[in-house]
Amino acid sequence: MTETLNEMLIIFIKIVCALAWLLGLTLFLTWLERKESALIQDRLGANRASIFGIRIIGLFQPIADAIKMIFKEDFVPSFSRKFLHTMAPFISFFFVAITIAAIPFGDNLRIGNRTIHLQILDFNVGLLFILAMLSLGIYGIIISGWASNNKYALIGGLRGAAQIISYEVALGLSLIGLIMVYPSLRLSSIVLYQGELLFGFLPKWGIFLQPLGFVIFLFAALSETKRAPFDLPEGESEIIGFFTEYSGLKWGLFMMVDFMEVIIVSTLLTTLFFGGWQVPWLASDGFHFPWGGELLLSHVVVVLLQVAAFNIKVFFFCWLQILIRWTYPRFRYDQLMDFGWKLLIPLSLVNIIGTGIIMTL
Amino acid sequence: MIKALGYFIEIIRGIFITTRHFVVNLFFRCLAVLGIKTKRKGSVTIQYPEQKKEIASRHRSLHRLMTRPDGKPRCVACMLCVTVCPSECIYVEAAEDPDPEIQKYPAKFIIDLSRCCFCGFCVEACPEDAIRMDTGNVEFAQYSQEDMIYDLDKLIG
Repeated sequence: MTETLNEMLIIFIKIVCALAWLLGLTLFLTWLERKESALIQDRLGANRASIFGIRIIGLFQPIADAIKMIFKEDFVPSFSRKFLHTMAPFISFFFVAITIAAIPFGDNLRIGNRTIHLQILDFNVGLLFILAMLSLGIYGIIISGWASNNKYALIGGLRGAAQIISYEVALGLSLIGLIMVYPSLRLSSIVLYQGELLFGFLPKWGIFLQPLGFVIFLFAALSETKRAPFDLPEGESEIIGFFTEYSGLKWGLFMMVDFMEVIIVSTLLTTLFFGGWQVPWLASDGFHFPWGGELLLSHVVVVLLQVAAFNIKVFFFCWLQILIRWTYPRFRYDQLMDFGWKLLIPLSLVNIIGTGIIMTL
Repeated sequence: MIKALGYFIEIIRGIFITTRHFVVNLFFRCLAVLGIKTKRKGSVTIQYPEQKKEIASRHRSLHRLMTRPDGKPRCVACMLCVTVCPSECIYVEAAEDPDPEIQKYPAKFIIDLSRCCFCGFCVEACPEDAIRMDTGNVEFAQYSQEDMIYDLDKLIG
C-alpha cells in the first residue's frame, strides 16, 4: 500500500517538475527571443523591467508581460461561438503540454534502493504518442478559427490546418528511417541505442546515422511550430490569422503554445538525433574515452551530467530555432506547399529507401 | 536546378550573417557588462532617458523670447509672426510703450504649443530677432492641454 502511494507520489513529483521545466523554459524563451533578435539586429532588447531597481538584463520582462496579459480585458466577441471560443486555446495548450510526458530527461536515478526513471511515462509507443498529440494540436487552430465566427480567422485556421497536415506527412516519413535504424518506438530505448559507438569512437547519434532524416525532420518540425518562415497560419504583421479574435490571457496562451512547440521540437530533435541525455563516451560509471583513458565518476555526478547535457542540447535547438525565425522571411503559400509536397516528402522517401539499402548490405 | 542551388547557398550564408551579428554583439555586450571599455559597443541603441543624443544646433526646439538689456522683451508686437504662423497658434496683444523708439510692446504673448507644428516661420519672420527656437528643450510633454499654453513669463524665463 505504501509502495503504491510512494510510486504515485514520485509520478506526481515528476509531472510537477516536468511541467515547471516546460513552462519556465517557455517564459525564458520569450525573453531569449527578444534578446536574441535584438543582438542579431544590433539592438539591446528588453532591459527595463526591474524589481526594486534590479534589472538583471531584462530577465523580469516575462513576468511583467505575464502580469500585463492577466490584467488585460478578456474580450469575447458577441458573434463568436462562446464555449468553443473559450475552449480552443486550452485544447492547443493541452496537446502540446502533454507531449512532455514521453520525453526522457535522463537515465535512471538511484536513491537508496529505489530506481527513479527520469521520464514521466515510458511508453512503448512514445514516439507515436508525441506525433499524435502534435497532430491533435490542429484542433486548437481549427476550432479557434471557426469559433471566432470571422471569415479571416476561419481562413487563417484552414491555412494552418492545411500547412500542418502537409508537413505532418514529411515529419512522419522522416522518422521512419530513424525507426529502422533504432528498432524501437520507445524513446528511452532510442536514447539508449544512441549511447553505443560507431566505428569505435563516434557516438551512434541519429545525426550521424540519419543526416538526411535530420534535415527533413528539422524543416517539417519548424513548420509545425507555426513560426517564421512558416508562420502563414497567424502572420502576425500582415495576414490575419486564426487568433485574431482573442485577447488577454487566451491570446497569451496561443503565444505560449508557440514557444512550447519550439521546446517540444527541440526536445524531439535532441532525443531522436542528438542522443538525448547521452554525453559522448559517458557510461553509467564514468567516461570511457576511445583512446583508452578513463575517468570514473560517482552515480549522482553522472546523472547530473546527463540531465545537463539534455538541457544544453535542448537550449541549443531553441536558440537555433529563434535564430532561424529572425533570419528568414516568410514563405509564399504556394512555395510552402511545393516545399512540403514536392521536396520534403520525396526526399524522405529517398531517405527510407537509402536507409533500407544500406541496412541490407 | 543550378539556380536553386545558388539560392540555397545564399540561404545558408544568411544564417551565418545573423549568427555572426549575434556572436559579435554578444561578445561586446558581455565586455560592456563586465565594465571593459571597447571601441565597439555591440549595439546602436541610445538608452534615452539616461543617455541623450546631442541635438543639432539648427534643430527647432522650444521657443524663447529674447530680451533687451533692461529685461523687457525685444518684441515690438508687429504681428508678423502671428500672420505667418500656419497653425495660428500665436496670440499677441499689443500695448503702447512710453519710449518713442519702441512704440509698442506685447502685453500678452501666448503660444499654444499643442497647436504649434514647429515650422520655425515665426523665427524667420521676426524683424527684431525677438523669438528663437534654440533652447534645445524637446521634452515639454504635458498631461493637459492647458499646460501646453505658454505665456510671456514662461517664454522669457
